[in-house]
Amino acid sequence: MQYSKKVLQHFTKPHNQGVMKNPSGVGMVGNPVCGDLMKIYISVKKDKQKGEYIKDIKFETLGCASAIATSSMVTDLAKGKTIEEAMEITRNDVADALDGLPPIKMHCSNLADEALHEAIKDYRKSLIKN
Amino acid sequence: MTKPIYLDYAATTPVDKEVLQAMLPYFCENFGNAMSIHSFGQEAMQAVDQARQNMADFFSCTPSEVIFTSGATESNNLAVKGVLKAYYAQASKNLLKPHIITSLFEHHCVLDSVRAVEKEGLAEVTYLRPDKNGLVRVTDLEKAIQSNTIFISIMYVNNEIGTVQPIGKIGKLVKKINTTRGAQVFPIVFHTDATQAINYFDCHVETLGVHLLSMSAHKIYGPKGVGALYIKKGTPIRKVQDGGDQEYKMRAGTHNVTGIVGLGKAIELVQKNQAKENKKIQLLRDHLIEKVLTEIPQVRLNGSKTHRSPNNTNFSFASVEGEGLLLSLDMEQISCSTGSACSSGALSASHVLLSIGLRPEEAHGSLRMTIGKFTTKAEINTTVKKLKIILTRLRKISGSVLDEYYAKK
Ligand SMILES: Cc1ncc(COP(=O)(O)O)c(C=O)c1O
Ligand code: FES
Repeated sequence: MQYSKKVLQHFTKPHNQGVMKNPSGVGMVGNPVCGDLMKIYISVKKDKQKGEYIKDIKFETLGCASAIATSSMVTDLAKGKTIEEAMEITRNDVADALDGLPPIKMHCSNLADEALHEAIKDYRKSLIKN
Repeated sequence: MTKPIYLDYAATTPVDKEVLQAMLPYFCENFGNAMSIHSFGQEAMQAVDQARQNMADFFSCTPSEVIFTSGATESNNLAVKGVLKAYYAQASKNLLKPHIITSLFEHHCVLDSVRAVEKEGLAEVTYLRPDKNGLVRVTDLEKAIQSNTIFISIMYVNNEIGTVQPIGKIGKLVKKINTTRGAQVFPIVFHTDATQAINYFDCHVETLGVHLLSMSAHKIYGPKGVGALYIKKGTPIRKVQDGGDQEYKMRAGTHNVTGIVGLGKAIELVQKNQAKENKKIQLLRDHLIEKVLTEIPQVRLNGSKTHRSPNNTNFSFASVEGEGLLLSLDMEQISCSTGSACSSGALSASHVLLSIGLRPEEAHGSLRMTIGKFTTKAEINTTVKKLKIILTRLRKISGSVLDEYYAKK
């Protein structure tokens, strides 16, 4: 199995890694049985022109190199985007941005988009509650 | 560049230079087919005979009880399927469906062979669960034996956790049962996959009480693609590969003369150096275990510490996934192995680690480091040093997601 250079870069030096205090939303996906657990924190701000957008984003991931790299990449892709735009990010976008993933890694390690979407849903839910 | 550190001797070993030297003449000069009558053939056959003698010396059996194969996978397949074939070849019309006993943590080539005959409806199977230390209990095995049990396959040393199974005790039990069964009834054939045991343990077949024993050359500093099956004289077993009359008609196919010569030399070296090498390797292993357990937090050693191969370590590190760990070590030129599913393309974590009761994430976070005769203390110290740095990094990335996951459940 061969990882692209990009995957290895994001694995060894992941972007936006860490915890966020007082996030607007949090999403966690995955399952220890298959090996990958991902958590994404977002901080949402309002902008007059853009509307609601992701001002800051962080991740924590227990998983293989590919899981860490996809987490890192999804934070790059989402940062600065409006939440509508961020909802449109797919696992294929993440894989493409990493110059591809080995076929067996497409499923269980490529959940970062879901974690992001969960975080956005979590944010929306919190709006309704308040 | 520093020299790469190889800590995966249970996967395979480098060919010993002496072994290579012994093999070389049989490629271009003495290249004959061992079944040919002319002098080229005779030379090749002499070399095969010498290798067979070396094997017989090592196992304390007669040369005609040694069948050369392409490796332990073939030997194990032949053992399982060949004995079953012999069972069904009996004259009696109303044969009971036979019963096989094996363990849940055998190598895949044994498990899959047994599953294959089970699926075909040719046998019913009991899979024994080892205890949490990675040992098959003889009492469990004894309880599982039925009147239609004809085959027991228990590995000598587990390839992932290095635990040593009570083969001699099982051998005694089988012998006792076979004596009471009498000569008229199909006996229990006892097979052991000794692939990981050859380097370090007593393999006298009479002491072990086995009818069949599998092994492979590439785990003992010999070449890949050659191995052997010991078949005790009189054991009911049929060939499964048809063709020529090689190997006492048990295994058709032109002899892999160079490979067999290499295996013969490798086993000779094991016999000569075993006692000395064992001590050295065990000291290094104990040093490695001690260092990891004392210097790294949140770690466990998988498998019994005492009933363990001198070359094996297997740890689980909390909040880390094995593939990333392996890859990070590889970037530092350190080669190991893991029971994580995701490094191999398999769908679930190591069946061995799960069978001894590890949770999936503990199996995913496992690292097997197996040492060998070229391992040095400096290499072990370097490895632990790098390992600490890598674990700190990966644990920072995973944070507390695992705890949170369980808190939510
Ligand atoms: C216990 C055990 N059995 C069987 C095998 C398979 O051996 P071979 O590679 O010779 O087919 C191995 C090695 O992978 C092993 O460790
Ligand atoms: S841990 Fe399963 S693919 Fe990553």
